[in-house]
Amino acid sequence: MTDAAIAVPAGDAPASGALQAHAAQRRRQLLTGAVVLALLAAVPLLVGDAYLRNILILTLMYAALAQAWNILGGYCGQISLGHALYFGAGAYTTSVLFVNFGVLPWFGMVAGAVLAAVLALLLGWLCFRLKGHYFAIATLVIAEIGLLLVHNWDYVGAAMGIQWPLGPDSWATLQFARDKAPYFYFVLGLFALTWLITFWVEGSRWGYWWRAVKDNPEASESLGVTVFRSKMAAAALSASLTAIAGGFYAAFVAYIDPDSVMHFRFSLLMVLPVVLGGIGTLWGPLLGAVILIPLTEAIRSYMGGSGTGTDLIVYGALVMGVAVLKPEGLIGLFGGLRRKAGAA
Amino acid sequence: MNAQAIAQVLASGVLMGLMYALIAVGLSLIFGLMDVVNFAHGEFLMMGMYLTFGLAVGLHLDPLIGMPLVGAVLFMAGVLVYLLIVRHAMRAKANVGMVQIFSTFGLGTLMQGLAQYFFTPDYRQISNSWLANKTVEIGGVFLPQPQIAGAVVSLLAFGGLYLLMSRTDFGRALEATREDQGAVALVGIDRNRVFALGWGLGLAMVGVAGAMLANFYYIHPQVGGAFSGIAYVVVALGGFGSVFGALVGGVVVGLIEAMTTLVLPASLKTVGVYALYLLVVLLRPSGLFGRL
Amino acid sequence: MNAANDARQAVTPATEAPILQLTDIWQRFGGLVANAEVTFDVPRGQILGLIGPNGAGKSTLFGIIAGARAPVQGRVVFEGRDVTRLDAPARCALGIARTYQVPRSFDSMSVLDNVMVGSFTRHARAAAAREAALEVLEFTGIIGRAAAPAGDLTPPEKRRLEVARALATEPRLLLLDEVMTGLTPSEARKGVELIRRIRDRGITVIMVEHVMEIVMPLVDRAIVLNLGRVLSQGAPRDVVRDPAVVAAYLGDRHRAA
Repeated sequence: MTDAAIAVPAGDAPASGALQAHAAQRRRQLLTGAVVLALLAAVPLLVGDAYLRNILILTLMYAALAQAWNILGGYCGQISLGHALYFGAGAYTTSVLFVNFGVLPWFGMVAGAVLAAVLALLLGWLCFRLKGHYFAIATLVIAEIGLLLVHNWDYVGAAMGIQWPLGPDSWATLQFARDKAPYFYFVLGLFALTWLITFWVEGSRWGYWWRAVKDNPEASESLGVTVFRSKMAAAALSASLTAIAGGFYAAFVAYIDPDSVMHFRFSLLMVLPVVLGGIGTLWGPLLGAVILIPLTEAIRSYMGGSGTGTDLIVYGALVMGVAVLKPEGLIGLFGGLRRKAGAA
Repeated sequence: MNAQAIAQVLASGVLMGLMYALIAVGLSLIFGLMDVVNFAHGEFLMMGMYLTFGLAVGLHLDPLIGMPLVGAVLFMAGVLVYLLIVRHAMRAKANVGMVQIFSTFGLGTLMQGLAQYFFTPDYRQISNSWLANKTVEIGGVFLPQPQIAGAVVSLLAFGGLYLLMSRTDFGRALEATREDQGAVALVGIDRNRVFALGWGLGLAMVGVAGAMLANFYYIHPQVGGAFSGIAYVVVALGGFGSVFGALVGGVVVGLIEAMTTLVLPASLKTVGVYALYLLVVLLRPSGLFGRL
Repeated sequence: MNAANDARQAVTPATEAPILQLTDIWQRFGGLVANAEVTFDVPRGQILGLIGPNGAGKSTLFGIIAGARAPVQGRVVFEGRDVTRLDAPARCALGIARTYQVPRSFDSMSVLDNVMVGSFTRHARAAAAREAALEVLEFTGIIGRAAAPAGDLTPPEKRRLEVARALATEPRLLLLDEVMTGLTPSEARKGVELIRRIRDRGITVIMVEHVMEIVMPLVDRAIVLNLGRVLSQGAPRDVVRDPAVVAAYLGDRHRAA
């Protein structure tokens, strides 16, 4: 499923043929999206087990996070290894506003998104002058700074974190003690949002300019692309979506501390599904998350937990394998199948 | 806080700084040579430490004796990593930058997992080495011998590197490849060989650092992460690709870290180092001696 | 400055303002002087050839006009507006576009998408940008490759893509950097045809070229650079007979031998 491949017959295909083919492809993608969404929505009706539902909720959350990361890293080509900073910003903002001021998580998430966007713009202003791996390193270091600061900041609970007060089940406070299905639908909605945004981006000027920046910043400048501004826009969008997921996570687990939402582990888990599934593709993040998260859980349950390091062994081998052997990600396998079937 | 206490802190800062320099120089070397950042650098430090530990516990080899062995093993590891992984990663046609980042990144994660699997997350320590718990006193300042040994080895290593780079054929080939990757083939320099040996040399450095570090630091699977952050700052400060920059950067970082402990609680000692990093990025992205 | 004014008056028709005016351009890299006292005007609607031996400073000057690097001294005036300090995207918005000597295509995107990056500069909405891009692809003759990944193109096709992308930004001044180098005679003929059609659309073209046999019949005017300075300028047949120009090229050939 190549992003913008158009089925124009070789030779002298008229321009209108290309236009029609493109519109058809976009319609197909949207239809596929709707179908996938409908299938996912049906899942809680089929799966009742609380443990499995938990895994599904986390899978979709990571799919949304991966999709958000993909905007900056996959499309715009700026590899951030410190996205946990924004996740934590969202989680903490939502928690502090709810626990200290009674602000409903719905609004808290928006506030978190704004804060994350501001952080991303600051970080971008400082670091987008750095190229490639320097930028990646900078994001790593800055995320560490954030973790360190939060660890020592008493107002947000320092190392003890923030505990959400127990309360009755309610959509307003996003607290559901027993039946977790509402969380599933919320996070499904969040994933749908990130997917739609990605879909829209792919067809918009931003998407084209981001990909140009990724491939060749200097050439894109000569074509009128304002590289710095483009990167900033991608960063702000990616960060705010990540923060919303962070706010969701805080409401879901009802207790956060620095290590549970800002640790490098989260930055890793946001990036791995994308690398695995396909960087810079529409469906890569979901594919990667669907493979990786249940796998993580399986490892944790059946191979003695994360203390044994088996999860890291699997991640590491997968990422290395994909990076070296199939850089375009596993989604590339599907693209091949579709081409053979004569589609797109 | 009297002068002696301050001198104590600064002296340990310099000693630790020299260790940081040795840990970081491999990173700088590899980067300067082929424009690749080794995101598994911390894990190779960890590997060096565990190897030293193994030699100490299994063969009763003191870290000082084990160090050259560890260096040699890490050298071979570096060559293998280049030949088997990095070389393929560099051939990628699309998403080149990402492939380079994630191939070493994945390797590092894998190594961490393996360490955790085989050695458990427990913290380990070499408790009965020759230098353990011994100190030297100079003018009222007490310096632990393992750290002094580490600093001395670091200086020797930098000296050796300098000689290697400036006096030997290999060193000149290294320098030439750094200057112009494409052209060196024309003068008969085998790029692949230089790259492989460069990786070997870079990892040997970090292996030696790991051996000396194991003398006085806890050994555990996540130790790489703690030091790699500092290594990145050292290299960013000194300049990617500059060996001398790594030395200067390391000492500066060590001093800054030590000075930070004079004003902030110990848990925040890295804040000073990170603030320094941000300043470098803001004011001089290419570092003191590097070329961006 | 008087010499500069004289140079300008010598070639600009009194009627219309030139589209581009370079005044006293100097460029230095460290101790090396790449361009010195470069002054000339480009009348609107012409095809101007920028020629000269190796190392004459053509590409550097190109970069200065395109906005890749600001000169250490001098002014670049485009359509009456001082653009010397403007960066490349700003100049593109004003109507200056360029190609690169070694094509820099966006390899992760299709040919059509590559061109759309350019047309998006003029059309904010994707549908309009796509139509404009398709039109440019037809104009440059590579519409048949619209769906192909840019990386799959043959070198001559890549050159056309470079031109197509730049044209998609609807420039009034197009800078072509050695687009003819290395083409077979029949490819070169098609290239000349394309450049004529570009000029017929009202776009002023400045081409840096080495291949004299192709360039001289094509251009309306030629400017010869040597050692960073303007050596000669005028109609092609006058320039090639200028003894100073001949000496510069012969000298270059002698040096190369």
